[in-house]
Amino acid sequence: MIIGLAHYLAVAAILFTIGVFGIFVNRKNIIVILMSVELILLAVNINFVAFSSYLHNVVGQIYAMFILTVAAAEAAVGLAILVTFFRNRGDIAVDDASVMKG
Amino acid sequence: MALQAIVFYLLSAVTIAAGFGVVSARNPVHSVLLLILAFFSAAGLFVLLGAEFLAMLLVVVYVGAVAVLFLFVVMMLDVDFTSLRQGFARYMPLGAAVAGVLAFEMIAVSAVIANRGQAAGSTGPMASAAGVTNTETIGRVLYTDYVYFFQAAGLVLLVAMIGAIVLTLRHKPGVKRQVIADQVARTPATGMRVVSVKPGEGIQE
Repeated sequence: MIIGLAHYLAVAAILFTIGVFGIFVNRKNIIVILMSVELILLAVNINFVAFSSYLHNVVGQIYAMFILTVAAAEAAVGLAILVTFFRNRGDIAVDDASVMKG
Repeated sequence: MALQAIVFYLLSAVTIAAGFGVVSARNPVHSVLLLILAFFSAAGLFVLLGAEFLAMLLVVVYVGAVAVLFLFVVMMLDVDFTSLRQGFARYMPLGAAVAGVLAFEMIAVSAVIANRGQAAGSTGPMASAAGVTNTETIGRVLYTDYVYFFQAAGLVLLVAMIGAIVLTLRHKPGVKRQVIADQVARTPATGMRVVSVKPGEGIQE
């Protein structure tokens, strides 16, 4: 049995879907939403690396590295915003976060 | 080749199961730990694909830094997580329906893409050329063709670091701090005074 490109793409697709599903069902908990975004970015990275490997072109791995960088930055800033939000409001329920207008 | 298939199915099953656990766990600490497991298994998949450098980067950056940051925040904030799960059952059917359709569509598209064009003629995962490791291959491309992008990535991290510090920095009132400007602006006129003391009397403040 040979593992082809389609196998890896299927795994990435399922992981991406789980991330989207997580954003759907955890609408109040911003920590889980951020983790779902990380899962989505991981799925994208698997796609990039799989294509890079099967097309014998290393540029996909370079791009995956940049995605990793941006994901780390996004997690840091997102969690910082979360901590500030928690300090101001006392909880992290984001479904009624309407105090930030204007 | 059979061993490779077994390892692939094992790693992808663990990745997907852990990913599902991340979004469905009751306790956010369990979510973070399952996220670590998902990233670790994905790193295993990367090794299987011949991308060893990226696999190690995933372990170091995600498991070592991002997941620990999540763990810190989850444990630091005193949040009632049970109230945050309200609506889980309400959004579940719609979420599952959208997710099912999305997964079906993406798998269908990827099955088509993988069987035509350049990808169809692929001879399998990239094996590193003799004497050249995956890390060296990436370095040769990254530091030549993509050096400006590399610098830009550094800038992104710098801005994110400054942003995170600025957002979470807080000055508590009532905490004594050194004010260097006040110290430098101090002159002999404000710093001391000459008092002529009469004999037998002290200095009254």
